[in-house]
Amino acid sequence: MGRPETVAPAGPKPFAAALARHDRTLVRADTRVLQVNVGLVCNQACRHCHLEAGPDRADQVMDRATMDAVIAYAARCGFDAVDVTGGAPELVPDIEHLLEGLRPLTPRLLFRSNLTALAERGDGLARRLRELGAVIVTSFPATSPSQIDALRGRGTADRSVAVLRWLNELGYGLGDTGLELDLVSNPAGAFLPPDQCAAEQRFRRELARRWGISFDHLYTFANVPLGRFRRWLEASDNLDGYLARLAEAFNPATVDGLMCRSQATLRWDGVLYDCDFNLARDLPLGGRRVHVSDLDGPPHAGLAVATGDHCYACTAGSGFT
Amino acid sequence: MDTYYDPADLAKFEEIGEEAPDLARKFFQYYAAVFDEGELTAREKALIALAVAHAVQCPYCIDAYTRSCLENGSNLGEMTEAVHVVNAIRGGASLVHGVQMRRVAKKLSL
Repeated sequence: MGRPETVAPAGPKPFAAALARHDRTLVRADTRVLQVNVGLVCNQACRHCHLEAGPDRADQVMDRATMDAVIAYAARCGFDAVDVTGGAPELVPDIEHLLEGLRPLTPRLLFRSNLTALAERGDGLARRLRELGAVIVTSFPATSPSQIDALRGRGTADRSVAVLRWLNELGYGLGDTGLELDLVSNPAGAFLPPDQCAAEQRFRRELARRWGISFDHLYTFANVPLGRFRRWLEASDNLDGYLARLAEAFNPATVDGLMCRSQATLRWDGVLYDCDFNLARDLPLGGRRVHVSDLDGPPHAGLAVATGDHCYACTAGSGFT
Repeated sequence: MDTYYDPADLAKFEEIGEEAPDLARKFFQYYAAVFDEGELTAREKALIALAVAHAVQCPYCIDAYTRSCLENGSNLGEMTEAVHVVNAIRGGASLVHGVQMRRVAKKLSL
């Protein structure tokens, strides 16, 4: 029997090597945005979810004491924007307490809704968001109902359309009301998203034509190869091809504007991360777990951002900024 | 080789320039310029390319432009309609030659 062969690791070069090849480093800049992930509970189990949120994750949500620590941290730092995300934040008990505490502390409060959970809460939460002037950011991956249902579950497209119409009736997404409604589109599979400007024009035309829906902005993002989406990539034999496609589309011009440089993400238990994807990988900011109540101020500029092959999703093409 | 078509060959397309580099350079520059956004959008051009790929029955092109259509925001319904357009034109092209057949037959027949 001969010596065992050395097998090269599968997949593209490490992300750090791609940065080095283009003489780039990924370090934090001034932190202007705080993202607060309030937990993994969700009424959906979307196939591209990097956090594997779902109905069975109700035990991983932010409690009221942590919410108070987050509010106190936002007061100490004065962020330009605070972005509340999940899971489905609608389903977190006391979510109104967090929103009301954050509202006076930032000029821009964003609330990530999956639409169907907002409907399940009745009209109370939506009206409260309107009173608070919160920006609503929601996933609406495609103009094709079949692609939406493929990503987010059967029947989700019809239910989402109904909620978008309702939000328009409340004044969201009409342009002149000051109530901002933004959509996020992820590809329905192992391929890159379209050009954002072209996609926004097309979504605006198609949503108006098909359903009479209007919105403010559309953001297109590549699916991040983590969590439930990574497991689908593995099971469908798409992982190597998708990682190669992301690496091939590496655009060094995106690095300076990456969100992980100017944003920090708090997990539901108060631990700080560079971004929601490093949260999913459990790569804490600065390499150690620090609780929000122990933070004097925003993370220091110059700290290295932890990276992995998932980072290629944010640097592909026009990037994820 | 157990098949005439190997998916790995698609990534080697540029090797065609090793024997005739000037011609290959001109071809690839032209090819890239054709797909630049112009009077037609990148999405529209990808759908045309997908349709032509089916007309010329090129598996490399079908592979490449299926992905390109998806990455330019087209969905399976639109792509399927594009293939039906190919089918209509190809079928129509055959059928319309029946007029020639009828003309010849009539000339030869009593």
